[in-house]
Amino acid sequence: MENIEQRVKKIVAEQLGVPETDVKNESSFVNDLGADSLDTVELVMALEEEFECEIPDEEAEKITTVQQAIDYVSAHLNK
Amino acid sequence: MYSRIAGTGSYLPEKIVTNDDLAQTIDTSDEWIAARTGIRERRIAATDQRTSDLALIAIERALDAAGVAKEEIDLLIVATTTPDNVFPSTACILQDKLGLHGFPAFDIQAVCAGFVYALATADKFVKTGAARCAVVVGAETVSNLVNWQDRGTCILFGDGAGAVVLQPSEETGILESRLHADGRYRHILKSDARIRQGGLDGTPWLYMEGNAVFKFAVRALADVAEETLGAAGLGKHEIDWLVPHQANLRIIESTAKHLGLPMEQVIVTVEKHGNTSAASIPLALDEGVRSGRIQRGQKLMLEGIGGGFAWGAILLAY
Repeated sequence: MENIEQRVKKIVAEQLGVPETDVKNESSFVNDLGADSLDTVELVMALEEEFECEIPDEEAEKITTVQQAIDYVSAHLNK
Repeated sequence: MYSRIAGTGSYLPEKIVTNDDLAQTIDTSDEWIAARTGIRERRIAATDQRTSDLALIAIERALDAAGVAKEEIDLLIVATTTPDNVFPSTACILQDKLGLHGFPAFDIQAVCAGFVYALATADKFVKTGAARCAVVVGAETVSNLVNWQDRGTCILFGDGAGAVVLQPSEETGILESRLHADGRYRHILKSDARIRQGGLDGTPWLYMEGNAVFKFAVRALADVAEETLGAAGLGKHEIDWLVPHQANLRIIESTAKHLGLPMEQVIVTVEKHGNTSAASIPLALDEGVRSGRIQRGQKLMLEGIGGGFAWGAILLAY
C-alpha cells in the first residue's frame, strides 16, 4: 500500500490534470497548480472517497496546499 | 402498460445575452464564466413574455412532433419555479391559452428537478390508465429571479421551455423513475421572499452557495442514477444517452464520469442555454431528438437536481 503522501499527491495530480512531478508538498492548489474553486471542491470530494472520510466545508476551506491535505488526512484517518 | 414519449418540442426566447454582454455591466469575463460553467450565452424572455407564453409554443411544437391534436390532451402538468403569478396555476392559464378545458391541469414546484418530478408524476397517470394523452412542460423565466448585479449567480441562468407528449404503449416507454428530496439543504439554494400584505417580505433574489451546491449535486446525481439503473435491472453500459439538467458543464462531466459515459453520449445545451431550471431537461431532450442523435428505441437517462434539495432520475426507452 502506498503511503498517505503518495496517495494524496496522485489524487491531486489526477484531479488537477498536472504531472505528479509538479505536485510538491508546498504546492498551493490555486496559486501553483492552477486550480479554481470548483477544482478544489472536486479535489476534496476525491480525497473523501479515497480515504473514506468526510471533510466538513469549514475544514475543507483551510486545505489550500498539498501538505495541508496530507496533514488533514493523516490526522483523521482511522478515527 | 408503459407511458411513451410520443413527441418533444421546445422554445427559446429570441434575445441572446452573451458572456461578453454581461462583462459590460459586471466584473466578469467570457473566459472566467466558460471555464467554470461551460456557459457562453443564454436566452432572456422579453418583458411581456410570461412563463406560459414560452410553454405554449413548446407544447404546440411537441403536439406537432407527436402528430397529436390538442383536443386529445387529457392531463397537463407544468414544472416551473417562475409561474405567471401566485395563482391560478400556470397550468390553468396554459389550458385556457390552448383553448381547452375540463381535464386536470396543475403545476409542480421542484425547481431544477421540476421536469423529472412532473414526468414521473404524469407517468403514474398514464401507466394506470388515468390519462391517455399527457402533456408535461418545463417552463421558466428565471431571469426575473436573478439579481443582474450579482456576478456569482446571474451568469448562470437563462429562460426557455420544453415539452413532451406522453401516451400509453404496450411495448415500451418510461422504465423507471426515482425521486428524492432533503429539506435540510434548503438554505444553500433559494429565493425565499414571500408576498405579504401587498408587498414583498424578504429578498426576492436567487441565492446560492455554489461550492456546497456543486458537491451535493455531484453525489446525489451519481447515487440516483445508480439507484434507477438498479431498479430497472440495467447496467451503466446500456445507457445510450444521458440527458442531464443543464446547470453547469462541470457537474455534467462529473455525472457522466460516474456513469462511465463518454461526453459523446451526453446531450449538452448549457453552453447556449445556461441553466433554465425546470426547462433544461426537455430543452436538451428536444435538441437531442431534432438533431437526430437520439433515436427511437434508445435508452435515455434523464437526471435533475435543484433547490430543496429535490432530485430524481428517469430511465426510459425513447
